[in-house]
Amino acid sequence: MSTTEKEVPPKDNKKDTAPEKVEDTAPAFEKSYVEQIANQFSDDVEVEYIQENRTRLNVKKEKIIDVAKFIKDNTPFDHAESVSGVDYPQDKEIGVTYHLGSYTDPEYSKQVLALATRAPREETPNPGNDSTKLPSLRDMFYSVEFHEREVFEMLGVYFEGHPDNRRLLLPEDWADLPPLRKDFMNKGR
Amino acid sequence: MTEVIPTKQMPPGLQVDKVDDRIMTLNVGPQHPGSGHMRIIVKIDGDYIVDADPDPGYVHRGEEKMAEARNYITNIPHLERPVIHDSCNILYPYVLGVEDLVGIEVPERAKYVRVIAAELNRCIYIQYWLAIYGIFLGHSTMFMWPAGDRELLIDLMEKITGARVTHAYFIPGGVRNDVPANFEDVCLRQVNYFEQRIKEYADIFYDNPILKARTEDTGVLSREDAIRLGTTGSVLRASGVDYDVRVKEPYDVYDELDVHTNVLKSGDSYARSKVPWLDMLESCNIIRQALEKMPKSGSIRTKLKPNPKGGLGEVYRRVESGRGAAGCYIISKEKPEPYRLKLSVGSFRNLIALPYLLKGEKLGNMPAVYWSLNYWPVEADR
Repeated sequence: MSTTEKEVPPKDNKKDTAPEKVEDTAPAFEKSYVEQIANQFSDDVEVEYIQENRTRLNVKKEKIIDVAKFIKDNTPFDHAESVSGVDYPQDKEIGVTYHLGSYTDPEYSKQVLALATRAPREETPNPGNDSTKLPSLRDMFYSVEFHEREVFEMLGVYFEGHPDNRRLLLPEDWADLPPLRKDFMNKGR
Repeated sequence: MTEVIPTKQMPPGLQVDKVDDRIMTLNVGPQHPGSGHMRIIVKIDGDYIVDADPDPGYVHRGEEKMAEARNYITNIPHLERPVIHDSCNILYPYVLGVEDLVGIEVPERAKYVRVIAAELNRCIYIQYWLAIYGIFLGHSTMFMWPAGDRELLIDLMEKITGARVTHAYFIPGGVRNDVPANFEDVCLRQVNYFEQRIKEYADIFYDNPILKARTEDTGVLSREDAIRLGTTGSVLRASGVDYDVRVKEPYDVYDELDVHTNVLKSGDSYARSKVPWLDMLESCNIIRQALEKMPKSGSIRTKLKPNPKGGLGEVYRRVESGRGAAGCYIISKEKPEPYRLKLSVGSFRNLIALPYLLKGEKLGNMPAVYWSLNYWPVEADR
């Protein structure tokens, strides 16, 4: 940004808020496939319409395998674009979000379905040997293989059923906290 | 022979496989010129690769962790570092995401300037990638020509942004500064010359029987497997899947431009090396269209408040970068810094195809297969 121009706050204060959740006026296309999933798993799935073409399903970790299987078999979502781990120290949980996309169905090519679940978090992590575990979705979406390895090393979430829970980006002898946890401090900060 | 070297105490965490006398384990990299900043652990039986295990992470910088400690504006320069040759495109999803979170509109002219800068940057990246592909295959001319021709576009980007590679040009709300006065003419002239020039690559490289013999039918990725592995960008399009984010989910003004998706069917290394070249020709078309339709004057950015705060929520935006879809997932908790920022990049997504493609190939084909994945190690490591 150039420093010569004076910064003027936008006049319309309404624009300053986040994209509003449009749960009441849910978009029709998203609703058609989301309801299919929500009907199947009525109490276990919480639907959020985040923004245009983006839907988020919050699923309990006990049900994540069933929901992923249902999505794989009954909707055109065929690959995972990204798997993000998020640390929530206040909730004592670690969230994992799978962003699913579709290559096969042109109607779904705009859609990204976020499948989110949470694992328990421990104060002193011992990756692989503590309660921070989730079932792996590799059997349904093969493309999560390296992404789940990354989440394992960066947040210490062990994926049960993943054949290759090894480090990927970090050094083999890394002995500190998983670095994307909030209590791992950047040096000098 | 007696053992004279004492057994070395191994540092903890190392995994040493038992290797019998038939299968040989070979470490390619991380300092090997044929691997980039990455190690590929290949097991070979004679001349054939039986197992390949990519070991990235030698250039991991912790971009995602760094982003949590910096505000939305100071995040811009370091987020383009994973791939400085394509800095506009790697920054694009982040900027779009922040615009959604903060809630600002972008002026029409800025959208066109962004598209032009992004397409120029795509060409600069692909030229660099192509130069390395040439030298990987022992084709020295194919190193010299793209490395020389990309200077044209780098000079053009320098005129716009003031920097040769690390532009930091896109900001939430528009672009950092306006294009110079006679930019349209200079850009059109350079792009036309550039297009003529890259068409000549067909004679020396893509129609070259030696290149075809080395790359055709090596590392074949079928359409079904390309989808199953979740590959993206040129790898996906070389396997016959018609998917380009610029067409499927247009951002900024791509919906007003005529963008053609280049799809090849064979899925081998030759197709994967040809799709980026076709993409460059397509980029020249897009730039010409954008120059024609661009408003000749007007604002180039909507001003932000100092230290803008994102709302409470999350956003996932994606664009088509030189290496495939680049996504940015931002979780905001009403702070000037993102709570969590995740970059989903094409190189990392395509990496999963490497062990799959190398198995059963001859070791000599490894560079041809590996670099055809349009892989940039620094971007994959982030």
